[in-house]
This record gives sequence, C-alpha cells and structure tokens, in this order.
Amino acid sequence: MTLHIVKKEYIRSETPSLSHVKDSSTRVQNGSVTMKNQEVVGFNGDEAVAYAVKQSDVNVIAAYPITPQTIIVERLSEYVADGDIDSEFVCVESEHSALSACIGASLTGARVFTATASQGLALMHEVLYATSGLRCPIVMAVVNRALSAPINIHNDRSDMMGSRDCGWVQIYAENSQEVYDWIIQAFRISEHQNIQLPIAVNLDGFVISHSMENVYVLPNKDVKKFLPPRKTRYKIDPTHPISFGGLFLQDYYYELKRQQEEALRQTSKILDQVGKEYYKISGREYGSLEVCGMEDADVAILCMGSTAGTVRSVLRKLRADGKKVGLIKLWLYRPFPIDELFSVIENLKALVVMDMALSFGAPFGALCSDVASILQIKKKDLKIFNVIYGLGGRDITPSEIEDIFNDALEIAKTGIVKDYVKFVGVRE
Amino acid sequence: MSRKQNLADRMKLPWKRMPFGGIMLEAGSSVEYRTGDWRITEKPVIDQKKCVHCLLCWIFCPDVAIVRSEKQLNVDYTYCKGCGICAVECPVHAIIMVEEKK
Repeated sequence: MTLHIVKKEYIRSETPSLSHVKDSSTRVQNGSVTMKNQEVVGFNGDEAVAYAVKQSDVNVIAAYPITPQTIIVERLSEYVADGDIDSEFVCVESEHSALSACIGASLTGARVFTATASQGLALMHEVLYATSGLRCPIVMAVVNRALSAPINIHNDRSDMMGSRDCGWVQIYAENSQEVYDWIIQAFRISEHQNIQLPIAVNLDGFVISHSMENVYVLPNKDVKKFLPPRKTRYKIDPTHPISFGGLFLQDYYYELKRQQEEALRQTSKILDQVGKEYYKISGREYGSLEVCGMEDADVAILCMGSTAGTVRSVLRKLRADGKKVGLIKLWLYRPFPIDELFSVIENLKALVVMDMALSFGAPFGALCSDVASILQIKKKDLKIFNVIYGLGGRDITPSEIEDIFNDALEIAKTGIVKDYVKFVGVRE
Repeated sequence: MSRKQNLADRMKLPWKRMPFGGIMLEAGSSVEYRTGDWRITEKPVIDQKKCVHCLLCWIFCPDVAIVRSEKQLNVDYTYCKGCGICAVECPVHAIIMVEEKK
C-alpha cells in the first residue's frame, strides 16, 4: 500500500504573508493544473465556510448562532433570503434542536449542513452520537472555542476534544483557504456510499474564523461537477417505508458499532481518493497529514490547525540556521492516520506533540495520548513530550515555538526527557 | 421464506452482513415481536357471560392485545404482556387474572 503524504517545502517563498497562495501557484507553474479560472476573494474563515456551503448546493441548513461561528449562520441566512441558494434554512431554538433537525433532513436523502462552537457543541453532545450511529452524512463546521467556566469566547480545542469519541470524522484546517477546500471535499467524503458518516471541519475561533485572508475560490460549475447531488440507497420515503433508529439491545448493538467503526476507519482511504480528484480541479493537495522538512529532520512538532502556520515560519528560520527540524500537521484527527504518521517519523529522534486543550487528569493531552499509545506499538525508542498551550485564546508566539524546538533538539542530543508535559505560555 | 423465518435468520447475522446503520428494511416489523413472552405469572381471562361490551379494556390495553370480533372480545396472548390493566379497568369485573401453568 502506498501512503499519500502531502509535502510542503520549507524554503521561503517570496511573499511570506500569502505563503499558501504562493505555494499553490508554484504548483501551477510546474504545469499540472490551471488556476486561471479561480477567483481570489477576501474571506475570513467563517465566510469561507459559508461560501463553500453556498457552492455545494446544500438542501437543508439548520444552525444556531454562537460566537465565533455567528458569521457562518448570518451569511447563510443572507444567501437563502436573497435567493442565492435554494436551501431550506431551519431556524431552531438550540444547538440540540439544530442537529436533531439535521438528522431528520439527512434521513430523507438531503444534503445537510450545520455549524457550531464551544457550548453549542457541548449541548449537541448526545445528538452527535445519534448522527454517526444513524449514519447521517452531515457536514458541520466547528469553530473551536474554549468551554466554560470561566466563560471565554476565544480559541482552544476543548470543545471538539471533549466530543472526540462521538464517531464523527474530524478534520482540522489551518487557514481560510483550507477551510473552504475541506468543506467542499467533506460533502464528497461523508456522502460516499462506504462511509455515510458525519464530518466535523474544525477551524480555530477568531484566529481563522475572523481573520481576513486571500482565498482562491473555484467556479460554481467546477464545484457542481465535483459534487453531484447526494445519492443514497436508503431514505425516508412514504412509498417505500423502512424504519430508522430502532431499539437495539445486547443481540444487535455491538455488531452495528463494529460496522460504524469499520466505516470510520475506511475514511482515510476515501479522503485520499477525494483529495486527488480535488487536486485536479483546484491545484491544492490534501490528505490525512502534511509534512514540512521531515525528510531529514531529527526533531519535529506535531500539531493541528492554525498553529501549524506559526510552527512553519519558525521552522524556516531554524532551517536557515542549519537545525534539522520538521513539522507534521494533522488534517485528519479521526480516524487517526496511524500508518501515515509512522511513515514520516521513521528517522526521528524526538517528537513534540502540541495540544490546545487539557484532558484533565490524563497522562497527556488528548492528541499526545493518541500519539504516545501508537508509538508504543512500533517505535518505542522515540522520545516524546507534550506541550499544552493556547488555552482560552492565549497566543502561542514564534519565540515560544523556537524554545520548544530547542528543547526537543536538546532531548535528541541527550536522550533525557525531563518534563513529559509542558505548559507553555502560562504565567509561572 | 416467511417473515418470521426472515427475522430469525437476521438474528444470527455477523456484523458485515447486518443491514446498514441498523435500518429495518421491512415496515411494520414490530408485529413479529411477540411481547406475549413477557408474561410472568398471570394472564387475563374474559368471562363472556359478565362482559357488557363496553370496550374499556380495548381502549386501555397498552399493547392492542384485546381483539374485537362480531360477537365478543378476546385476548391475543401472542402480544398480551399480562400487565393486568384490563382487569383493573373492567367496570363489571368480567376480566380476572388467572395463574398460568408453565
């Protein structure tokens, strides 16, 4: 089996602020894809979500506004009110109802979208499990925000990490461009007949959701071609009555959960297939994870979301100083890309896993727990430590990341890990 | 294959062959669920001589186990769970709970 790993060059491109755009256009110069048809639009993350949903011909939207996701709901209701899209917008009284309405709509064979954040996701919690258990291919944008108390509206990932076992496919985007691209791909992946599972596309609150960036958008006809109307074998239909959501006890429940787990595990394969097709129309390459400088790196940082951008810029600086550092950015958190991860860490001496959420009382943060447990299987000698950072929107600065890299280089040299969990950015 | 056999076969299916996502492909399949198995000790018996055909038992039965025919009311023991609501509600005490011999 050949694994699909997306590689990004660490040699600095000419326009640093638009690094992702520049990268895409270099690929164009390489000759494979034409970007001529793509328009550049100024979007913040939320607007990019809304625009992608608009182009995806969604049938039903049911969402309840919550900071920092509000712009998504505002834009979508504007699109519906202006007649730009032919979708049913269901105004609901809570997030619990929003996702419940989405399940009903999805079972009729409709393409469905919703979005939430933080407390809203927590309120949805029980319905999250119903969505995946009923195999409803719903796409949801989760704008990551800290959970109360104390109340906070800024970015960390305690919301989605708290619901990580809900059976959804979980994707983390780095910037507005990725958010746009992932939303469109997410519909294809979730509606694939072997998958039929909901997908949560995560974007960091404010850092992505409210930051204006240049986004390349595809022409409507390209998206339409890439994303034909949803087809489903089983749906609620009065002319062919079947039952959904029955009571399954000791004799059935286990088999259904095993089925669900298998579908989730197959997702990374389908995600690669869809990513390849998407590359053909967009020139932007996606997969389970993206690496930078991993060919010869001694130490690496593994992280998700917007943090990867900061890490990459520090990495470029350290590479210029001749330090062998690398970056692994996970796009796909569930199902966890185990094989892909193994294939890129083979020659590594130390690995830092960065968690933007606490898992209270656990040995590590959630992401690091996953990584540590799979290293036990194949690569016991790799030194690993966990960084907890950014809680409640606390910034992670380039100098802090440089310190983390230097700590990792020190560990690679001495082989001694002093602190397995480091709280970076907290006032001591 | 009769519906009953069909259900029994499905009971043994391994996970790969179970209907997708727990979908039940036949409508009205709860008819196959014989709730009469739930009865533990007593079953209701209707004394047809005392019965005044007021239909209160038919209204109150939570399992639609009272069956109406032209002349009289009967209990469908395939579905009767033996809850005893009919015996309590009967205004003329025509229904009594009788111990079942196993």
